[in-house]
Amino acid sequence: MAANNHEILRIENISKSFPGVQALQNVNFCLKKGEIHALVGENGAGKSTLIKVMTGVEKPDQGRMLYDGVEMKIKSPQHANNIGISTVYQEVNLCTNLSVAENILLGREPRQFGGKINWKAMNTRAKEIMLGLDVDIDVKAPLATFSTAIQQITAIARALEISSTKVLILDEPTSSLDVRESDLIFQCMRKLRETGVGIIFITHFINQIYEVSDRITVLRNGKLVGTYDTENLPTISLIQKMIGRSLAEYEDMEKAKQDPDKQQVLIETNNLGRSGTVQPTDLTLKTGEVVGMAGLLGSGRTGVAKLIFGVEEPDTGDIRVDNQPVDKHSPHESLLRGIALCPEDRKESGILGDLTIRENIILAMQARMGWFKYLNKKQQYEIAQKYIDMLNISTPSSDQLVKNLSGGNQQKVILARWLATHPKLLILDEPTRGIDVGTKAEIQKLVISLANEGMSCMFISSELEEVMRTSNRIVVMRDQEKVTELPGDTTEHNIMQAIAGAD
Amino acid sequence: MDTNSENKTSFFHRFRKSRLFWPLVALALILIFDAIYAPGFFKIGILDGHLYGNLIDVFNNGAPLILVAIGMTMVIATGGVDLSVGAVIAISAAMGAVLINPAFGNELISNEILTQNVSKTPLPLIVLANLGAGTACGLWNGFLVSRAKIQPMVATLILMVAGRGLAQLITNGQIMTIYYTPYFFFGNGFILGIPVAMYIVAAVLLLAWFLVRKTSIGLFVESVGINDKSTYYSGISEKNVKLLAYTFCGFCAAVAGLILSSYVHSADANNIGSNYELDAILSVVIGGTLMAGGRFSLLASVIGAVVIRTFTITMYTIGVPANALLAAKAVLVLLVILLYSEQSRRLINSLFEGKKERRDA
Ligand SMILES: Nc1ncnc2c1ncn2[C@@H]1O[C@H](COP(=O)(O)OP(=O)(O)OP(=O)(O)O)[C@@H](O)[C@H]1O
Ligand SMILES: [Mg+2]
Repeated sequence: MAANNHEILRIENISKSFPGVQALQNVNFCLKKGEIHALVGENGAGKSTLIKVMTGVEKPDQGRMLYDGVEMKIKSPQHANNIGISTVYQEVNLCTNLSVAENILLGREPRQFGGKINWKAMNTRAKEIMLGLDVDIDVKAPLATFSTAIQQITAIARALEISSTKVLILDEPTSSLDVRESDLIFQCMRKLRETGVGIIFITHFINQIYEVSDRITVLRNGKLVGTYDTENLPTISLIQKMIGRSLAEYEDMEKAKQDPDKQQVLIETNNLGRSGTVQPTDLTLKTGEVVGMAGLLGSGRTGVAKLIFGVEEPDTGDIRVDNQPVDKHSPHESLLRGIALCPEDRKESGILGDLTIRENIILAMQARMGWFKYLNKKQQYEIAQKYIDMLNISTPSSDQLVKNLSGGNQQKVILARWLATHPKLLILDEPTRGIDVGTKAEIQKLVISLANEGMSCMFISSELEEVMRTSNRIVVMRDQEKVTELPGDTTEHNIMQAIAGAD
Repeated sequence: MDTNSENKTSFFHRFRKSRLFWPLVALALILIFDAIYAPGFFKIGILDGHLYGNLIDVFNNGAPLILVAIGMTMVIATGGVDLSVGAVIAISAAMGAVLINPAFGNELISNEILTQNVSKTPLPLIVLANLGAGTACGLWNGFLVSRAKIQPMVATLILMVAGRGLAQLITNGQIMTIYYTPYFFFGNGFILGIPVAMYIVAAVLLLAWFLVRKTSIGLFVESVGINDKSTYYSGISEKNVKLLAYTFCGFCAAVAGLILSSYVHSADANNIGSNYELDAILSVVIGGTLMAGGRFSLLASVIGAVVIRTFTITMYTIGVPANALLAAKAVLVLLVILLYSEQSRRLINSLFEGKKERRDA
């Protein structure tokens, strides 16, 4: 028991500022051996920055760090690795065209005599590591062929393999996973906890915090709010501490009002499909309604979104928008027709990191206006500021580069980009991924109020609760096929059953 | 007094952060070198009512390179590269020479007719053919890159190799000398004592500046260079943006071809505009635009081109033989890469910051 209370990592009085932002201010933090420690707070609270300071990515302006009781200056992520601090950062950087084994052991490949890579030993070793985490897959296959969960676990496996890990840091590892897959990660974490590894776990899912963590540290606006034992901190006070107010105002959220007399059919798909991603699907979307899309990852929800938005061309079937058949499929055409898509992978197909927030927000709007009608700077600043305020994007100015924003705030910028086009149909693919509880509720509220003004919305989310809360109708997909449509007031049980395929 | 010095610091600070800072530093270094080792370099005189001297030469002679660098900036900003600009210069020049030449149409003619100061085609039409041919080449490159999805380096390599052959076909394998004096205006003429080429550069730069800053094209070009997938998802037709960039680059190379052939009074398909692709790329790099694409500055590239021209002329002035010039250029490239590397920037920045702190203390 005494050994269990041993502190492995202690942070004292750490401050860190970026131009215009005090990201961390006199923060104290301590991690024990064999505990899972949740680090929580709003978007931009400083969680990732604290991690980066601990792992030598960023240098703190002041403060000190004790590792295993000894004062230590971490010089670089490499250095952190060598002494046993392994990290999976928020933006995972793996090579999806390499095999799982290569990804895990990249840079540490077992060598034969003469320096040639011993592929057999490498694959065996990778297989062992993955089996140790209870994942049985073909480690020779390219990473791209696996689900996001497996990719995430690969990243963890890589972190674990780096050294005899004493501290494992996971920055939002479950943000893009569904329930089943998150459970996989939790299994891993519990297993590691038993071996005495101290784990820092960042998440915006309140239920997950209670599911796995032993202690919770809350940050707000770069300051420490406090560290608590999970069992002694009820959800309500946790949320209170995170966002500085209670969420009660959102509890009585009402769905968009449906008035069949006024609503028209906006989108109609007929047998719409594309081999390999979506089986032929019939779908109707009316003005002023929110249609939820439920299903597991890979069930074809994103595929449907891409077909409707024109990112990919369908092989079969057709789409009608406002009763007009669509013959040209491209995001540009869709934009002109008033369709918008917030894609799920913000880093790959969402943000433009080296452009400013302002430029990112006006981009789609400008794309609709064309090459020669250019919004002048004043208009650009006005529009950007409007959405920065509306979505609570935390930044010193709209001239900040988007890559300098926290993950959740980047997500908001993409949402802003599409809201600014005033779409008729807004397709949201996992819009609240990596977004904090307060803002999540605000986004849901926003969607409903836009629907009340006549906008149609397709809401794709792996969080059933959120789908149920917002949707007037829920489409369930399984194995790239639409299996059923349920009314918005259905039970979680019904949806789960439809997803799982039990009749 | 206090606020005054603060203002000065912040101006200097802003200038140091601006994209023009490093190219100007590079230029200043070369000029300082000249001031010490080749004081004659700075002499500007007036001859026949025209300005002349090395500094004027940098611009007059350097006009084609500046033009190509402007076009190349757009292409590199989209994350591509255009290796064919030298060949496009040759094609444009050949087009002009052939249309001027009375031998056009395979008549049997004597040397006497060939060397006459006449043209079979009206001058505006010649210019149009020059520019049209080059622009078409750019369109072709853009098509290969944006529609056929061929990697820019490979796509433009095709024209880099085939282009000079094409130019030879146009000129029938001959080095064509031009005797039609009105054509010399572009490369040798003066208006108000200033070379015509400089006016042309100014006009093209103004056009480019307009496209880039007064329309959304500049934003789209940067956006494509940063992440073309995100750009596509944002509803921008990223293909057309690339097409436009390559076409514009072809146009710039064509104008360069016009000036260059006019300046040297001939079109030599094999040699005219040779190595321009490398000099242009280097100009853009000196201008601080990343080869990976993204943020760019036209003016910085122009200064980059001026740096290269100044360097070349300096080398000639201090008597470096032409065949050693390439080696000298290699040294310049090395210096630039070192100067621009992350490490040395951090070092220099910390020097500045350190100084400021000491003053604050
Ligand atoms: N390189 C940087 N330059 C400027 N500001 C930065 C930089 N990195 C982070 N910031 C700012 O520091 C603050 C804290 O960011 P951080 O990424 O730590 O937030 P977070 O708690 O991880 O949020 P999220 O839940 O959205 O991931 C934010 O306001 C962010 O904009
Ligand atoms: Mg973060």
